[in-house]
Amino acid sequence: MDLNNQEISQAEQKRRDYRKQQRKRSVWISLASTLAFAAIVWFGLLATPGWDRVEQSFFNWDVAVEAFPRVIDGLLLNLRVLVAAAILVLFFGLLLAVIGTLKAPVFFPLRVLAKGYVDLFRGLPLIIVLYLVGFGIPGLRLEFLGRIPAEVLGIAALTITYSAYVSEVFRAGIESVHSSQRLAARSLGLSYSQSMRLVVLPQAVRKVVPPLMNDFIALQKDVGLISVLGAIDAVRGAQIEVAKFANFTPYVLAGLLFVLLAIPTIRLADRISARFSSREQQGVSL
Amino acid sequence: MIDWNSPRLKVVGLKKFYGERQVINGVDLEVFPGQIVALIGSSGSGKSTLLRCVNQIEDLTDGQIFLDGEEVSAPGVDQDRIRAQIGLVFQSFNLFGHLSILNNITLALRHVKKMDKDKAKSLAMSWLSRIGLGDRGDSYPDKISGGQQQRAAIIRAVAMEPKVLLLDEVTSALDPELVGEVLDLIRELKSGGTTILMATHELSFAREVADWVIFLEQGQIYEQGEAVDFFENPKLPRTIEFLSRMRSR
Ligand SMILES: Nc1ncnc2c1ncn2[C@@H]1O[C@H](COP(=O)(O)OP(=O)(O)OP(=O)(O)O)[C@@H](O)[C@H]1O
Ligand SMILES: [Mg+2]
Repeated sequence: MDLNNQEISQAEQKRRDYRKQQRKRSVWISLASTLAFAAIVWFGLLATPGWDRVEQSFFNWDVAVEAFPRVIDGLLLNLRVLVAAAILVLFFGLLLAVIGTLKAPVFFPLRVLAKGYVDLFRGLPLIIVLYLVGFGIPGLRLEFLGRIPAEVLGIAALTITYSAYVSEVFRAGIESVHSSQRLAARSLGLSYSQSMRLVVLPQAVRKVVPPLMNDFIALQKDVGLISVLGAIDAVRGAQIEVAKFANFTPYVLAGLLFVLLAIPTIRLADRISARFSSREQQGVSL
Repeated sequence: MIDWNSPRLKVVGLKKFYGERQVINGVDLEVFPGQIVALIGSSGSGKSTLLRCVNQIEDLTDGQIFLDGEEVSAPGVDQDRIRAQIGLVFQSFNLFGHLSILNNITLALRHVKKMDKDKAKSLAMSWLSRIGLGDRGDSYPDKISGGQQQRAAIIRAVAMEPKVLLLDEVTSALDPELVGEVLDLIRELKSGGTTILMATHELSFAREVADWVIFLEQGQIYEQGEAVDFFENPKLPRTIEFLSRMRSR
């Protein structure tokens, strides 16, 4: 429906003019207040007694340029770990969630196991899982595995922890699908697994895209923790450069790169959530 | 054209408990090919539970169910195969929200009946055109009216060519002006010879299309009879009370 091409009444014209004026005013106000705020922060910082030293050791341009190649190399490793972990997490998270829905008595032990797993790893700090996996598995001295690269152990640890979170998200999604959808599917003769795969899961997954995106953003940060296992990722790369120059700028650089990496995902997540909620309730935003 | 030779659906001594609560209390009934049987009764009398038990999406506590003479409640019978032969349509939320109307209809044709994609599609299209929804195949359920949704849900079940169609108050969640189009579809199915067992609150409709009426009271058949006779000469006190209560609404 295109209202713009329609004749509009004088009353509507007046309303539109007024709104336009209001919009212009609010743009100016927000611009001015932003500038004022930035100025206060900036001069406030510059006025602190230690600022010169901090600037030297955290925001040193030359050091940043020198450290850049190694940090960016490390970031590529983080990215690879992220992609691998994300795919594995989706798979195992969904698997755990589906196991949780199996009501038949045969599956009782499996279901209890899955529940216990989720409880355990939702509670256990990721860093401890990283240490246990990273130093425990090599400690088993499984010769046939050879020497496992630190990033692989990191992927394993991230997958173990995040699958627990994500399975809870999927479980909530599955439960939010109206029970008569499942009954309708079964009454058409679809088997349990068919109705799960063709009817329940597609609807559940759609509903949980926004919370899944949040977990993905968290994972995107947490891939930086694989550095504790000695993988030369962005954080570890920065650490090496920090030691070399006795200057903290590489950490700032690595942090900045992580943020830059996260921003598109965060924006995407916002947009997806907005689209989902607008589809659920159409109306004016107040 | 009811075929009185042998019942299409036969329910014997059906009982259903939810925990201690006895919801179906020993029900026997028969539905013959081409026959339309209406289940009426006050809210909570067990109509929905009975239909769900017949379809066995609800486990029976006791009793037997026969479909064309085969005991489908016997242990070891593949329930998915049987459910594909018994259509069931609920009050609401029947259609799959993530699928277009067309794909709602083709889903079971393809995955249960293993029909190939094109054949399922053309079958679905021909059903949709018959009910005047030929141009809505690509729409999603939330984009069509409640009456259209219910009609699509009914033909989704009918397209599977079930031996018996179970309808559970398919009009009671609809706005009054949409009820008529759904009832029209059921009339059409009757003239096509579909065997139907339906729970309904639409008494005048039950009287018009049903051949047999069963009045359910606290999980038991309290009174039953030929539709016209049942409504004109109810014999037992609770039936009389129920009918007058429904009429005065
Ligand atoms: N899953 C369940 N667990 C426990 N009790 C149930 C369950 N489903 C139904 N009941 C009970 O069984 C009784 C019969 O319910 P049912 O839905 O079959 O009635 P109905 O005749 O279809 O009623 P209505 O006209 O309101 O649809 C009700 O008292 C209800 O509370
Ligand atoms: Mg009911």
